[in-house]
Amino acid sequence: MKLTKYVLGAVTAAAFAGGAAAQTEISWWHAMGGANGERIDRIAAGFNESQSEYVVTPSFKGNYTETMTAAVAAFRAGEQPHIVQVFEVGTATMMAAEGAVYPISELMADSGTSFDQSVYLPAVVSYYQTPEGDLLSMPFNSSTPVLWYNKDAFAAAGIESPPTTWDEVNDAAQKLLDSGMTCGYSFGWQSWVMIENYGAWHNLPMGTQENGFAGLDTRFTFNNDAVVNRLQSIADSQESGIFKYGGRRGDSLSLFTSGECGMWMNSSAYYGSMVSQAEFEFGQTMLPLDTDVASAPQNSIIGGATLWVLRGKDEASYPGVAEFMNYMSSPEVQAWWHQETGYVPITTAAGVLSAEQGFYDENPGTDTAIVQLSLNTPTVNSRGLRFGNFVQIRDIINEEMEALWAGNVTAREAMDTAVARGNELLEKFEKANK
Amino acid sequence: MLKRVHFGPSLLPFLLVAPQIAVTLVFFMWPAGQALYQSLLVEDMFGLSTEFVWFENFKDLFSDSYYLGAFKRTALFSFAVATMAMGIALVLAAMVDRIIRGVYVYRTLLIWPYAVAPVVAGALWVFMFDPTLGIFAYALNTIGYDWNHKLNGGEAMTLVVLAATWKQIAYNFLFFVAAIQSIPKPLIEAAAIDGAGPFKRFWTIIFPLITPTMFFLLVVNIVYAFFDTFGIIHAITQGGPYRATEILVYKVWYDGAVAIDLGSSAAQSVILMAIVIIMTVVQFRYIERKVEY
Repeated sequence: MKLTKYVLGAVTAAAFAGGAAAQTEISWWHAMGGANGERIDRIAAGFNESQSEYVVTPSFKGNYTETMTAAVAAFRAGEQPHIVQVFEVGTATMMAAEGAVYPISELMADSGTSFDQSVYLPAVVSYYQTPEGDLLSMPFNSSTPVLWYNKDAFAAAGIESPPTTWDEVNDAAQKLLDSGMTCGYSFGWQSWVMIENYGAWHNLPMGTQENGFAGLDTRFTFNNDAVVNRLQSIADSQESGIFKYGGRRGDSLSLFTSGECGMWMNSSAYYGSMVSQAEFEFGQTMLPLDTDVASAPQNSIIGGATLWVLRGKDEASYPGVAEFMNYMSSPEVQAWWHQETGYVPITTAAGVLSAEQGFYDENPGTDTAIVQLSLNTPTVNSRGLRFGNFVQIRDIINEEMEALWAGNVTAREAMDTAVARGNELLEKFEKANK
Repeated sequence: MLKRVHFGPSLLPFLLVAPQIAVTLVFFMWPAGQALYQSLLVEDMFGLSTEFVWFENFKDLFSDSYYLGAFKRTALFSFAVATMAMGIALVLAAMVDRIIRGVYVYRTLLIWPYAVAPVVAGALWVFMFDPTLGIFAYALNTIGYDWNHKLNGGEAMTLVVLAATWKQIAYNFLFFVAAIQSIPKPLIEAAAIDGAGPFKRFWTIIFPLITPTMFFLLVVNIVYAFFDTFGIIHAITQGGPYRATEILVYKVWYDGAVAIDLGSSAAQSVILMAIVIIMTVVQFRYIERKVEY
């Protein structure tokens, strides 16, 4: 065993040494630390072994924000990487930098690589397309929020099936409390889950101009009655313990994995963390529906990141970038990535392959995210968001929602302020990118 | 006035100070100049389009209620950190001065926190006060107080003040111990013979004699609270909830590194630069005067 490892290592090293002189290097900056970072290294190594012309070198640049900043700073200094991983909220900003980014459709056409956009999941690519349907960046790690629930706690509380509507969520939470728990449910990435996805799920717009897809003069409209009523009801339910706020991003994960809260709404990509941290049986199911607002769910929108190609590198290296993009979205690579991490496969074929391999049968519920994303053909309200300065706007929404949870303001006030402050940043972005 | 004839023109002194000047120019003046220039620009992220806007970034800042809020918070935060860190350190130093056995052990232990990196200090406090997992949050819960600094701005501020104070106590302690030890023993002994108790001796002899140290520490502590607490705040609250712990330096970082609004971020650093200059001037003036007592 050990011997083969050494032999393999020696052979690979020799292959690298032999080909190094002629190989073109492709740099790939990413934001995946820990186990996912190692998986990225494996994808790159797989590509490097599959051909001899190019070498992809991944490097970890910190969290999403740090990676994006690093790439921007590098671009200003003329030292940019070929490929950079940018999270979905950075999309509008990247898009506006026309001289800096190399759209995927154009890259594929220029390098003569065959490229069929229809193999990608519509809900995934629609977020990153121009109004004309050209793909701007390559989806890489995409996820969507789902409802995680503690199966053991559900059984102990006598809840038979996971909730599908908000009324059922509240009922289930009440039963959990009656069974002795101190918290019914919590959620993380609250702007993404409770505003952005709540809107898409109920087919409500978050802003004008098709959520920003149709123009930079978009303004927010998420202070609608549906959102306000739902948030107010959540805020009111804090007193009895039905809902408990646990911080931004994934901070509230511990509320769920420690067994304090019986349900948790957040990204499907927490699957890996759940497997390693939760000491109980857990399941995932689709987000709850507000039956007062819509009679059936639309589809949820993605989060996560895509790979943007930056301009200004040696022309000869771009065909290699195109080749790598194709390798990375092959069913085998995608199915592996999906099963390991809980991110959704970006192509239909990868989902089919995972099913054939028996992954969903062995791990029931792991296809929830894909089902949710492809529930219906995305509408203008559910295909994605394109707002400039959205990184900051998300923080504004976080702040206003925190003020609501703390009881400082009502849901109406919180959303009105968030919309007003968000619109200021949208105006600023519109001005800066005319 | 000295007559200049004593000193013929020579290249040597210039050569000797040249490295220092070069370092200052490259590492201080140049970046500062860049910041000044950047603060007059409005730029998109990638630097593809740049517009010179004179003082618009500053004007925007001073009409931004969140920026003015950050000013007030910074003042409150620095005041709380400086007074608490100095007060506690002074008490500890005065106590240590009276210990006879094991004084080195005490001193060493009290100086330890200074070696802890700000981010690590922040992480420690975050763990202790985590509303779900933290031992202090749990203890508070058992006496009926529902601690949640992720939601309650006052609690968040308390927590960052505590963490920042804890980290600075060691530094202040070191200076206070040194200052107290440098007071001539006969002074204190004479007072003791005259019948002054430990308290009276402290207030009438030790305290007045260490005021220059105190002033020096006050300036150092305020500068510390202004600039070096970034790591602590970043680790504990990220400026939240609802900007309750967003102090000036945190906002500079956020606007520059997260929002990539370089113009506004540069304008804010220029304002911070002005504050430091003012504080340094005050410090030098005061200490120079005070040193001659």
